[in-house]
Amino acid sequence: MFDFTFALSILPKLAAASLTTLCVTFASFFLALVLGVPLALLRRSKWPILSRITTLIVDFVRCTPVLVQLFFLYFALPGFGVRLSPIATGLIAFSLHYGCYMSEIYRAGLEAVARGQWDACVALSISRMDAYRSIILPQVIQPIIPAAGNYLVHMFKETPLLASISVIEMMFVSAEIGADTFRYLEPITVCGLLFLLMSLGAAGLIRAAERLYGRRWRRAWR
Amino acid sequence: MEVTAPFISFASVTKRFAERTVIKALHLDIPRGEKLAIIGPSGSGKSTILRVLMTLESIEAGSVRVGDQFLWRGDAHTSRKADDKTTASVRRRIGMVFQQFNLFPHMTALQNISAAPIKVLGKSKDAAYAQAHDLLAKVGLSDKADAYPAFLSGGQQQRVAIARALAMNPEILLLDEVTSALDPELVGEVLNVIRLIASEGGLTILMVTHQMGFAREFADRVCFIDGGEVVEDAAPAQFFDSPSNRRTRDFLRAVFSA
Repeated sequence: MFDFTFALSILPKLAAASLTTLCVTFASFFLALVLGVPLALLRRSKWPILSRITTLIVDFVRCTPVLVQLFFLYFALPGFGVRLSPIATGLIAFSLHYGCYMSEIYRAGLEAVARGQWDACVALSISRMDAYRSIILPQVIQPIIPAAGNYLVHMFKETPLLASISVIEMMFVSAEIGADTFRYLEPITVCGLLFLLMSLGAAGLIRAAERLYGRRWRRAWR
Repeated sequence: MEVTAPFISFASVTKRFAERTVIKALHLDIPRGEKLAIIGPSGSGKSTILRVLMTLESIEAGSVRVGDQFLWRGDAHTSRKADDKTTASVRRRIGMVFQQFNLFPHMTALQNISAAPIKVLGKSKDAAYAQAHDLLAKVGLSDKADAYPAFLSGGQQQRVAIARALAMNPEILLLDEVTSALDPELVGEVLNVIRLIASEGGLTILMVTHQMGFAREFADRVCFIDGGEVVEDAAPAQFFDSPSNRRTRDFLRAVFSA
């Protein structure tokens, strides 16, 4: 059944491919974190046109599968003269898709900040920009870490989709090994285990971030 | 016709929330340096008066003026808001302390007090911190400079909030039920701080309060607001000893029999 020697022999190849998985996930997670901020702020804009257009975009992106978005960017865009590498396509699709999800988390976080905080900013003549930057956003970060962390883990597990546009990541390599050797059990199993390891690592990172950020000014309610 | 116009003036001010009229054609003049106590049943619109002055609420009709600056200019039926520059300039002259303190939870007491002087007035960090330390000493919290709000009692938090408002050197201080969220044993320390800063003079103070004893002792004048109107407006002794309006008498009886 399971051939450990074979599994060990393909491990270096898969481990190398896991680097791509790691890089794509963390890079697009970071981009999604950044992109989510303007999207969330635009949605709360005073001008209804801006907030409505942003809502439309966010809902559209959230309501279509990542795979469809990947295929559109990779196979349909060249028809309009835009040709992107597989990795670039993956980065754009993932950061856009999860940026929209992230903006929803930010929005919930922003709405959870007490109204009195805004009142205090007005009373102290603190500008809207400064209020967001130094007063409101720092209060949003801590409570949204768990939700954002969920998406990080989720994104790890979504990266096999990139194999379908020929990004050489773990799933792609596993399938390739399978096709070459007619043995699928070992590469897919190892691939799954590597995913498990990475997801556990990511979850640990998130918990560490929660502790780090939470300790400073929060304390258990009296 | 008065020789000098009052410092702060509300004229024919009407404010509605949806269908509900919270302030009804309100007239209220406050001379510079006065300590005015505003009392009244909950929902009577008394906090809204302060919030309008702090530019936190809009109005539907009337005029609001501070010094020679109109925040709102209008008549009994309409009102137009001042441009952003004037609004910002009026806002700079006013400080406000809230019922729920509204301290910034992620900042220490020192940072809470110095944030606006640094960001808004462009003070250096050193100058702002030095001023914050002075203010903390004044409100009796020198040892709490580095404490986060969650680690302070309600009374301590409110004293930091008062220091924070004073750090912007306001001409007018608005106190919106500043002791209502406090445990009874913590009310005194906050009122003492208010006494102290008022005794230094210069500030015009509008305070919405349920502390009748404090209003009587502290204020130059007491206003009773009910249903969005000024029902009674008198010096403290006359207000509490011989109120002229029946609604005032009913209210005071209800409060003192409680």
